[in-house]
Amino acid sequence: MADPRERNGENERKPGSTDDADLSARLKSLDARISQASTHRAEPEPRSRQTSDSSALGQAFRFSAEFVAGVVAGGVIGWFVDYFAGTSPWGLIVCLILGFGAGMLNLLRAAGMVKPAKYDEKR
Amino acid sequence: MASPIEQFQIKPIIPAINFTNSSLFMVGAVALIVGGFMLATRKRALVPGRGQSTAEILHDFVAGTLTDAAGKEGMRFFPLVFSLFMFVFTANMLGMIPGFFTVTSHIIVTFALAILVIGTVVAYGLVKHGTHFFGLFVPSGVPSWLLPFIVVIEVISFLSRPVSLSLRLFANMLAGHIALKVFGGFVVALLGAGGALTILAPLPLIMAVALMALEFLVAALQAYVFTVLTCIYLNDALHPGH
Repeated sequence: MADPRERNGENERKPGSTDDADLSARLKSLDARISQASTHRAEPEPRSRQTSDSSALGQAFRFSAEFVAGVVAGGVIGWFVDYFAGTSPWGLIVCLILGFGAGMLNLLRAAGMVKPAKYDEKR
Repeated sequence: MASPIEQFQIKPIIPAINFTNSSLFMVGAVALIVGGFMLATRKRALVPGRGQSTAEILHDFVAGTLTDAAGKEGMRFFPLVFSLFMFVFTANMLGMIPGFFTVTSHIIVTFALAILVIGTVVAYGLVKHGTHFFGLFVPSGVPSWLLPFIVVIEVISFLSRPVSLSLRLFANMLAGHIALKVFGGFVVALLGAGGALTILAPLPLIMAVALMALEFLVAALQAYVFTVLTCIYLNDALHPGH
């Protein structure tokens, strides 16, 4: 930091205007630095979802959950279809197979082997 | 010796209103969060003290996660996301105290939270975008004869999200607590076996200590993962068909 006394001595003749200009210049540079710092802080992490994959155990849990969820969701839907439409057991069979497909899709998407769903594409 | 899954048993405390140990710990978690935040933000100092600083860091952390995933408009869901994060995090951490009940190790609890999230996504998406919201399920560039199958599979895939969201949190908490209990049981069993086996007893104890550290990591990480996925799903409700 510059020594303030030295600068004061330098600007002795016209104190008012230069002090104001100096102050506003310093404020401006401070503003710029603050906004730079805040944009730096707001910089989004490229893919925050990767955090859960940091360990192999987490990955195993994630993939198994994705796959099982697809099959379970298919089974539940099939059961409801049968329950309300009285088509037992065809709704359960068809929806379980479709659920298996959905589970595979979830799994491949989680592994990044298939293009992500429309609803996962970023803005 | 106690079985490893005995810790998950639901015991009624006040049977007349079905108040169980699970309810007690849910109420305890909520009371801890509300009380803690009221205590931390009581002074509202310009220069925060330790408590207020912690509260502000938690706020900024969740707000940052939400705006990263769902943009500025996502902040209207901030009360929901912050409540979810704090509840899951506090419940997980309370569960790490020996002898305490882990609320999130029951799938019905995590499933209810996940249904709340997906319900919000669907309801808000339908109100905001109407039928345009269903455009989520129609991928582009698919042959027309394949489209019916793809749409059905996409719908099931979408409906499987609350299941996978709840399953992940539940499975992690359940597996971790069972593993801890099993290794704890080994220590007792080896000590009781007598002779040369007694000398081996510290080995599973070391393992249990290591697992305890891992479980703290998992408890915090799963609360974070739950929050991040909630934010990503809320992003669908805000910006479908992009």
